[in-house]
Order: sequence, then C-alpha cells, then structure tokens
Amino acid sequence: MAQNTKIRSILATDCGSTTTKAILIELVDGEYRLVCRGEAPTTVEAPFEDVTMGVRNAVREIEELMDREFQDDNGIITPQADSRKGVDLYLSTSSAGGGLQMMVAGVVKQMTAESAQRAALGAGAIVMDAIAINDGRLPYQKIQRIRQLRPDMILMSGGIDGGTITHVVELAELISAAEPRPRLGIGFQLPIIYAGNKDARGYIENVLGEKTDLRMVDNLRPVLETELLGPAREEIHNLFMEHVMAQAPGYNKLMSWTPVPIMPTPGAVGKMIETTAKQKDMSVVGVDIGGATTDVFSVFADTFNRTVSANLGMSYSICNVMLESGVDNIMRWVPFDIEEADLRNRIRNKMIRPTTIPQTLQDLVIEQGIAREALRLAFEHHKSLAVGLKGVQKVRDISEAFEQSGSGASLVDLTDLGMIVGSGGVLSHAARRAQSALMILDAFLPEGITELAVDSIFMMPQLGVLSTVSPEAAQQVFDRDCLIRLGTSIAPIGTAKEGEHCVDVHVVTSGGKTYDVKASFGSMHRIEIPEDETAEVTAKPARGFDIGKGKGKGHEAKFTVNGGVVGLIIDARGRQPFVLPTDKQQRIKKLIEWYKALDIYPMDILEKYLG
Amino acid sequence: MASAYTPGLLVTESILVRKRRRLPILGEVMVEQGTRVSPHDVVARTNIPGDPETINIANHLGLEGDEIMEFMVKKVGDPVTTGEPIARKSSFFGLFKTDVASPVDGTVDNISEITGVVTLRRPAVPVAIEAYVSGKVVEVMPREGVVIETPAALVQGIFGVGGETQGELLMVAESNSEVLSADKIKPEHKGKILVGGSLITGDALKKAGEFGVIGLVAGGIIDRDLIDYLGHDIGVAITGSEDIPLTMIVTEGFGKINMANKTFELLKKLSGSTASINGATQIRAGVMRPEIVVALDSLVGVMERNTESGMEDGTLIRIIREPYFGQLATVNTLPPELQVLESGSKVRVLTAKLMGSGEVVTIPRANVELIEG
Repeated sequence: MAQNTKIRSILATDCGSTTTKAILIELVDGEYRLVCRGEAPTTVEAPFEDVTMGVRNAVREIEELMDREFQDDNGIITPQADSRKGVDLYLSTSSAGGGLQMMVAGVVKQMTAESAQRAALGAGAIVMDAIAINDGRLPYQKIQRIRQLRPDMILMSGGIDGGTITHVVELAELISAAEPRPRLGIGFQLPIIYAGNKDARGYIENVLGEKTDLRMVDNLRPVLETELLGPAREEIHNLFMEHVMAQAPGYNKLMSWTPVPIMPTPGAVGKMIETTAKQKDMSVVGVDIGGATTDVFSVFADTFNRTVSANLGMSYSICNVMLESGVDNIMRWVPFDIEEADLRNRIRNKMIRPTTIPQTLQDLVIEQGIAREALRLAFEHHKSLAVGLKGVQKVRDISEAFEQSGSGASLVDLTDLGMIVGSGGVLSHAARRAQSALMILDAFLPEGITELAVDSIFMMPQLGVLSTVSPEAAQQVFDRDCLIRLGTSIAPIGTAKEGEHCVDVHVVTSGGKTYDVKASFGSMHRIEIPEDETAEVTAKPARGFDIGKGKGKGHEAKFTVNGGVVGLIIDARGRQPFVLPTDKQQRIKKLIEWYKALDIYPMDILEKYLG
Repeated sequence: MASAYTPGLLVTESILVRKRRRLPILGEVMVEQGTRVSPHDVVARTNIPGDPETINIANHLGLEGDEIMEFMVKKVGDPVTTGEPIARKSSFFGLFKTDVASPVDGTVDNISEITGVVTLRRPAVPVAIEAYVSGKVVEVMPREGVVIETPAALVQGIFGVGGETQGELLMVAESNSEVLSADKIKPEHKGKILVGGSLITGDALKKAGEFGVIGLVAGGIIDRDLIDYLGHDIGVAITGSEDIPLTMIVTEGFGKINMANKTFELLKKLSGSTASINGATQIRAGVMRPEIVVALDSLVGVMERNTESGMEDGTLIRIIREPYFGQLATVNTLPPELQVLESGSKVRVLTAKLMGSGEVVTIPRANVELIEG
C-alpha cells in the first residue's frame, strides 16, 4: 500500500442498506479535502444481487461530475495514473443486508456476558441477544432462543484464566444442543468465537468443534479486573469478511478492489469518534439515528463504548419508538393538539412508506418530537451499558465512604462531555440547523459547557475506515468538510422557580461584538457567533447552580468557544432534573417561547396549527 | 419531457411471477425441473432436529459431573421414552434406588462429564415446503429448494399480516369506497378471500375469523383495530408469522382510504378465481410486500415490470403523505429546480392534479408513488 505521504487521492464508499455513498478526497494545497460525492441505490437485493453495481453507479456520479475516470472492467483504477485517471486508494464500509448480526454468551450476565456484548458492539455488530447462565431463563428457554435466532456468528466468553470451567462448558453445551444455524449460507457451519477461560479450550473444542466453525482467541476477562476486547474484535472483523461479506452478493469482487478490509459501517463510525476524542482530548458522544436503528458512541475516561438500539429508528422502527416511549412522551414536544388515532395512523404510514418526508410544518414538528424520544431512549440504553467493569473490588478513600456508586457505574458523565456529534437524516437534514441543536439538547440534556455538531452528509463511515490507513487525512476531512459546527451550549445544573436568576453570561466575539445575557430559570437564549469566529465567554452561575466548576456564585467559568451555524445557546431550563411543565397550556407556552428564542420554526406558519 | 422514477406497488393483470421456495436447512428437493406443480404440492422437505431437553443428572443424584457415567443406564444415541429411567443410583446395598426419568420421548444426544448434564433430543420435526402457486419448476437448487414460474395477475399491497394461503377471491364491495364491515361477512364465505373497498373494520376482522374466512383485502385499516385484533402492538415492520386464522392485506395504508381504482377494478375482474395470498411484509433490506397472485394459463399483454420507465406528465400517482395522503392524482409538471416546502425543507417536487377536485397541488417527489402495472 502507498505510504500516507504519497496518497494523493482517496475514493471511499459506504454500502448502506438502501444507499451506496461514494466520496472523493484529494490532497489540495497540502491538506486533505472532500472534493466530490455521489450516491446510488444499493444493489445487494434482487433483482441486481451484486453490491458492486451500486458502487459503480455511485462512483460514476463522481466521474460525471468531475469529468474523470475512476473505474474500468476490473474495478476501481489504482493507483492514480494522472490527473484524470484513477485514485491512489480505494476503501469501503458496509452495512447492507442488515449489517453484522451477532449473539453473545457469557457465564455471568453482569460480567463476561457484558464484556462479550461490549466486544461485539464495538466491532460494529447488532447484538440480537446476550445469553448467560444466570440470565433468569431456564435452559430450554435459552436453547429455544438460540434456535430462533440465526446470527452471523456467536461470541462466547466465561471464566477467568485458570478459574472454574464447569459453567463455560455448560454454556457450550447449551449452544451445541440448540444446533444454531447461520443467517447466510444454508450449508455453512455457524462461526463461534470462544474468548473465555483458556483452560476450558479443550472441552469447548470437544463440545462445539465438529458442529460449528470454532475459533479461539484470548480471554475477554483473563483476570477479573481486566477487560481485553481487542483480540475478539479482530476475529469478529475477520469473520465478518470471511463469512458475512463473502456470502453477500458481489462482495468477493468488492473485496478484491480494496487493499484494506471492508469494515462494518458502525465499526468505522466508532473508529472515527474514538480518533476524534483522542485528537481533541475530550469526552465525545456520537449518535447516528437511522431508519431502523440508533447507534450511540461515546468516549469517556479514554474508554470507548458503542451501543446499538436495534429497534429505535425513524422509519422501519418508528412504531417501536411510539411503543417504547408512549404517545404522551412524543406529544410533550408538540405544541398543538392532534387526535391520537390520527397520530398513530400517521406513524404507521411512515413505517410502511419509509422514504417519505414531512411536507407540512405540523408533520415536521411531530417527526422531530419522535426523534427526540428515539434519541433519548437510545441514550438511556447507552448509559446503562457504558459502565465500568462489574464485580471488581474498588479501593475507596474516605471521601467516597458514603457514596454507593460501587463498581459498574455508568461511565457517561454529562458534565465532562465536551462534544456531541449527531448524524442521520433527521439531524443532518433538518430544515434549520437550530432544530438539530434543540433536538440534541432535549434528548441528551448535556450539562455545563458542550459543543454541538452534526455530520453534514454522513461520511463518518468512510472517514473511519480511512483513519485506519491515514488518521491525518481522516481528521482533516472530518474537521473541515464533515462536521457542521452548530455551536456550544451552556446548561447550568440545578433547579429553581420559573423566572428566578440562573446564570449571567458575558461574551466577547473575535469579531469585536459584546453580549451580556442575564438568564432566568426556564429560559433559553441564542447568541450568534459566526462560524469563522471564536468568542471569549464568562459564565457566572447564580446561587444553587453549577456549570461544571462547582455550585454557586463563586464558581464562574471562563472559556473560549468556536462559532457555529447556530452559535452560543444558553439553556437555563434546569438539569437534574430537567422538567417540562405538566400543565398543557403552560407547556405549550414554554415550547413556543423556546422556539422563538432559538428561531426554530417559522412562527407565522406554526400559528395556523396552534388553534 | 422531464421524468423521474419513483417505485410503486405492482398492480398488473399479467406478469411472469417467479417464486423462490427454499428450505430453512438443507434437505431433499421433491420435484424436477420442468415439473408442473399446484399450490399444495410439496416441492422440498427436510427434518429439523427436534428440540433438546437438558437434565442435570449430577444435581439429581448428588454427584460430581465426572461421576455420572457409572450411573447412566442409557448411552449416547439410545432411544428413550417418557418416564423411562436414564440414570440410576443405588444405595444401602441396592435397597434404595433413585432413578432419573426421561421427561420426553427422543434419544440421548449428549452426556457431559464436565457439567453432569444429559441432553435428550425430541424426534425430528418434518418440514415440507409447498409450491404456493400453480406453475412450472424452472430451477432446482440442489438440497435447498426450487424456483417456480407462472404467468399471473399480481397485486402488491402496502402492508399485511398473516402468512401464505390459497382460496377463492370474492369481491364483496360495489365501489372502492365501500367499507368492508362485519355485516358483509356471511357463513358461505368460509375458505374465501374477501375484497372490500376503503376499510376493513375491527368487527369484520373478528367475524371473518369466526366464519373461517381465510383472507381480507381492502384499502386501509385503522391502526387501533389491527392492534386490538392481534392482541399486541407492531413495533417493527416485519410481519407474516402472526398466530391468526386469516391473512389481511391493505393496499393503501393505515386509515380509511379508498382502494386505488385500478387495483379495485382488477380484483373485481379476478373475483371467482383461485388466488394465492401472503400478508408477510418486511420494510428494510430486502423489502417484501404482501401480495395477491392469481396464476394464469398464459401471459396477456405486458410481460415484464419496466423499472426503467419513470414518471412523466400525465402519469397516475398516489400521494403517500399528508396533507393529501391517500389521494390519487396525475402528474402535471416536473420542475427540475429544488423548491422550499412549508416544513422549510428544500427538495425536488412535482405538481399534480388531484383526481376528483382537479386542484393542482405541489408535492415532494419523495411523497408520491407510481401505480405500476
């Protein structure tokens, strides 16, 4: 492969379930920039059944737009021959055909099964179920479950090295009894990765060796205090290439076009989030809300976590959002009345016709209300899984003597959160960027000072796989062309009576403008700071409020913020807890007040739906 | 002339339908290439390994796992019947015996000296795949299944519940706006597939089930009526395996919506024919829509689906989102430039003339579908 310094042009594709997206990155004046993009329908399904057709069509769009040539009969032309022909590097990610679907198994639900789950999720899989000896199900129920699911592979763990082997062998026997079948390839054996007590390997081989395609990797929990996810994740990626990709129509051809393994899309997005957190040295949360699933990624205290809420999405799974959140929770974000039967029919119709878009403002407000709930539920799910290792003894000092947090506490610390990056149609393509900012604020409720951004055209997958070859190129394009900076939010932690003093904010922009805002509790404010400017901000919390430096007047914060398309948002609606008024008229009044403060919707049009 | 392609649902009097009939695991294909088959003919079959049952012998007899072999009275591969001892421990010079009896009929699948668990396996479950439609076997996938081809009239619905079934199609509505209510369902409709106009009511669903009607088809259904009938909510759009006595298909969506005239007229024409229907719907990778297939002796007129042809002035379309949801229209113009909607989004649109009122309205192209065929 070409050295990083020699790469002049990179073509990268992401083969999604419905659309294949191609981007062209080139070295322009010493910096890597996005030069062009194209897209075409994915062609994994009948009648085409060849993923490379969609890739060729997406690349052809770029060829036509740039009047250049990137492909011939053999695939993508590499390396770049001249300024009009070929590219130096071709890369791809894929989530077509349902992505990577896994089942995990561990001896103890809260320990090895959870570690296995984290390994699978981090590798970009959807975890269909996590089986554990102590998961509360009877053996026959577990066996039935394993038989019902047809995962692409199973990751199995259990026991520390040198520990007892009985339970992990019991787990293997359950899997063996179920005779699990893979999702793809009717005559193939199901791949199983064993990442448990190494002393049990021989027994596991006896139980599963003949029936399955068994692979052995290092134990996920060699000792109780350590979680070792790397080897299992690597094996998952290998098997993804060998089994899942090799079974999917046209992938063998696609794999021959690229020198870098094809990554599962969410795995690549996670890689990009991880790289960003490292480069910016801050805690980052990323979210990708799709039609079927919502992925949440986070890096807190140098620990990367990914969760996927497989049934929370904006089209295919939209009815499940309604089911899990309840109609009332959706309607609390909506400032007008709509009959429940009408709302339910509308949501169902979106499910069965997933590509439609809101034409009326009324429809848009409802859809964004649903998105808030999908994001909120996905983040709740993430917080419950992004936890420290359980079962580990913790040394406490005297200051922690009265805290009950113990092991297994969530790693997600909203006051430490530096940046939230949103992607997915409802966030990336909102009619006004301020709508995306408010959806993120309402769903994630960041505390203190947090930067907000969206992925402009969802190119994080391609940049993620690129970061494995050239982190520099990936980061440059990510910062300059991928991210749209919305701005920064200041959200004091605490609560008070409506109208009481909450925070004073003094802003001096690099453009020379000065703003002073005295924010009362329950209010929102927006200060415009252009994208190419920065601002020096001083925030003084009122008594009882905290913006991350401690409670009360003496704990002011001084910091620099980058400009953005929305600017600086002062969210004085309260945290811990954030509460919407329960009285309907009062709630509607506040929603409209916030819309106006942030310029969320065209009010003249919204008026006609308010009644 | 400007044109655009927006895929729609297929509603056609004549097309070559190919059905892939596949076993869940490898097995035996029962027919040869070229064979003519009827809907209920078995084309492939296999035996799915029976459900396993585990018993912890070590726990039952108070032993360690590695001690159980000497107490087993059955070995791997032995058949067992319910109540038959599979392990026995004697104590007090044989005076007291503790038996562990088999809870099922089956065979001993595995004896583990590590865990002390014995796995018994119930008898294999035979699975047979039927042809589903009348037609000719045009391809045999060795040990997996077959592809059956037939000329047919085909109507794709937008959403359905319930699996494959076959029966006589019967139109019970005078017009495409008529509601398929309980009073339209009679005892003589047993075994039939009834077609209505704009809506299937909740009462009609219940009564159809009671009278042995095997299928209901209409324009729409109220979300709440369907959920009440099923007894559970539908979270994600995968259907077809509901435990209900009939298959239901809606052609337009949720709510009371007149069935598209073309669909209604075709189904009226097909009334009295034998149809194969399937409510299975999957809206994700590998989109699957519910269908009504009436096999024909030969093709009449148009043969293949033409995915190249697009929308152009005068094309008949269905509007699939508010504020004109469910209305039929003809394309008026296809302006190439992006336009700003009331919602603020800037998208490609078309103008369409609503059927009935004749009003010309602007709609995002994403919110219409062709009525194909």
